[in-house]
Amino acid sequence: MFAKKVFNLDFMKYKKVAMLLSGILLLLSLGLLLVRGLNLGIDFSGGVLVQVELSKPVSVGDLRDVLRDGGFAGSTIQAYGEKGIIIRVAADSDEAQLKVLEVLRQKDSDLKLLRLEKVGPVVGKQLRQEAIIATVIALVGILAYITFRFRFRFALVSVAALVHDTLITLGVFSLLGREISLPFVAAILTLVGYSLNDTIVVLDRVRENWKDYRPLGLDGMLNKSVNQTFSRTINTSLTTFLPVCALFLFGGPVIADFSLALLVGILVGTYSSIYVAAALLSEWYSRYPAKS
Amino acid sequence: MLRRERWRLLLVFIVVVAALITVFPIKGRIRLGLDLKGGAHIVLQAKGTPENPLTGDSVERLLAVLRNRVDQYGVSEPVIQRVGSDRIIVDLPGVEDPQAALELIGKTALLEFRPVLSVSSQVPAAPHRENYDSEESFQRAQERWQEAKDEIDALALQMEERQKDDPSLYVARDERGTVYLLGGIAVTGRDLQDAKTNYDNLGRSVVSLKFNSEGTKLFDTATKENVGNQLAILLDGAVISAPVVQERISGGQAQISGKFTPAEAQRLSIMLRAGALPVPVEILENRSVGPTLGSDSIASGLRAGLIGAGLVVLFMLVYYRLLGIAADCALGVSMLLLFAGLVSLHATLTLPGIAGIILTIGMAVDGNILIFERIREERRAGKTPMAAIDSGFRKALTTILDANITTLIAAAVLYYFGSGPIRGFAVTLSIGIVASVFSAIIVTRVLVSVLAGNRRSSWLV
Repeated sequence: MFAKKVFNLDFMKYKKVAMLLSGILLLLSLGLLLVRGLNLGIDFSGGVLVQVELSKPVSVGDLRDVLRDGGFAGSTIQAYGEKGIIIRVAADSDEAQLKVLEVLRQKDSDLKLLRLEKVGPVVGKQLRQEAIIATVIALVGILAYITFRFRFRFALVSVAALVHDTLITLGVFSLLGREISLPFVAAILTLVGYSLNDTIVVLDRVRENWKDYRPLGLDGMLNKSVNQTFSRTINTSLTTFLPVCALFLFGGPVIADFSLALLVGILVGTYSSIYVAAALLSEWYSRYPAKS
Repeated sequence: MLRRERWRLLLVFIVVVAALITVFPIKGRIRLGLDLKGGAHIVLQAKGTPENPLTGDSVERLLAVLRNRVDQYGVSEPVIQRVGSDRIIVDLPGVEDPQAALELIGKTALLEFRPVLSVSSQVPAAPHRENYDSEESFQRAQERWQEAKDEIDALALQMEERQKDDPSLYVARDERGTVYLLGGIAVTGRDLQDAKTNYDNLGRSVVSLKFNSEGTKLFDTATKENVGNQLAILLDGAVISAPVVQERISGGQAQISGKFTPAEAQRLSIMLRAGALPVPVEILENRSVGPTLGSDSIASGLRAGLIGAGLVVLFMLVYYRLLGIAADCALGVSMLLLFAGLVSLHATLTLPGIAGIILTIGMAVDGNILIFERIREERRAGKTPMAAIDSGFRKALTTILDANITTLIAAAVLYYFGSGPIRGFAVTLSIGIVASVFSAIIVTRVLVSVLAGNRRSSWLV
């Protein structure tokens, strides 16, 4: 019962199309990030978060009016479930969160307070810096590891693939206006690891098939490698996608954005390990062949 | 079965039994983070003032006062620690009312008694449109209200002028906006011996104070000098109440009656007993989760995890058949090892940590997929089943290691830079990676060998 499927697809035939597509997606993402920016949550911008469960369903519009009358015009309101409400306000004072609560209690005196968060601007700035430093260190560490294990060109294309995945995920979040919180940074760094995991499996096979460079040609050898790892790439993406999808659907509102980032990342990462890394290698080696 | 396989089987057996002993019964063995258990995480910044600069000593006293307050409030296993020179982290697990916790920690609770020299009239309540018949009369009422307010504000300005001439004077307001001009400090909370919650004869919550000998003397003088006048009680610079002194009080007893709820009176008396904070603090960060949200998070995480695991198990069975059974068993072992790791490292499980576990479910079978695909390739190349299994495992090994080490690097960086919940994620992800690599290259191998050993190996792969 072995050998169900042997893939023999000509991936490299479409490398130009794929690179164009990636290029467009990257430009769109960069444009979105520059123009729309990211919706930084209170973790990074400082502010107040109040999560309550109301005793009866209230429309978001009503709550917005109530909050505006209470002096919190710029607050974002997120409803979940039937009666759950998460409110984020950019204000920064110890009284602000109590005041938000007070305003809400006027509307619904039996509400249940579930979560109360306040991040001051100092801490927000610090967390922002730490997130950037952490990302840079992770990238450098991974680049060093792949250079050590493979070749420098391999390391660069895999980092290109993961920058591609990260930027597009950020672009999607910018487009959707979803909130960037601390767990989001964890999701992005996990994505970095995952994206590489996928890319490395393909590159590992390329290294193994290097001997076929002459007989098959560059693209033939790359095609062979991608095909040989294809069912693994798809299966692993699927087995990772399924649980994260369950987490997104059933994990509750606190963790939803985190899982969404992973879902987008897994999709883009699967595509990029086939196309970005291998296609870049193809272009690079066909223009500047390796000195052998 | 080869001798080497027997040793592997024994190793797997020992590891699984040890893990089972570590993990079961699971109840109470895993440390839950504040976001799952419920509780408050508060980061304070001590703030020096010109008259009261920040010193190592004042921060130490600040810690002591905070500990005292938290102990008296009755929180089990609180964490109160200093970070850097002037920051303090307070973790209060299981606190039901985050609002109360915040007040208990953040309030300076400086109590002062000062004689009232002059006082404005009360600010009347703002008029409400519903109470007036016509727009005109409502407008007139609003004008009258504005006039009254302006008058009081003008009076406040006058009082502030007088304060400039005599720095011992103090201008304060109460919560209804009445302005007081107050004389020099008569007694402070430092001279208290005890503070208790009580009810007055109208059934309202009050805080009764007992002064020490020094305080008794000072209070005696203050009441003697102010019979017939008001004596204001201030907390953190705001007037709580300003009762008229009926007679001289020399017994060292006093009572604060404001509009307290019993819980508020309770907190105030705790703060007065523990003493005022030696320097004011600012709340830099505060994350409080109620206990219901925490248990909801656990429930939804568990549900998502079970559904996710079910889907993965099913997929592996459908796609890889018999080998899928081996992979599913290996997945079970990795999950078991992951929990055993959490228990034995005393790691804290957080909500992102649960996400890390669920992510691990997906990544754990990756090693198996790599191996199985490799075995299939080797079979296609014409090797016998046993040879294909052997070289499949061998060739997949380096790929598995390379692919997982990169994720491990990312997790290590997260652990180093992250705090609280994020660190919990990094921990579960790292333990999960190690557990799943072990499962893929040892557990799966043993199971596949056992399955292949009974002569039907050609059917297996």
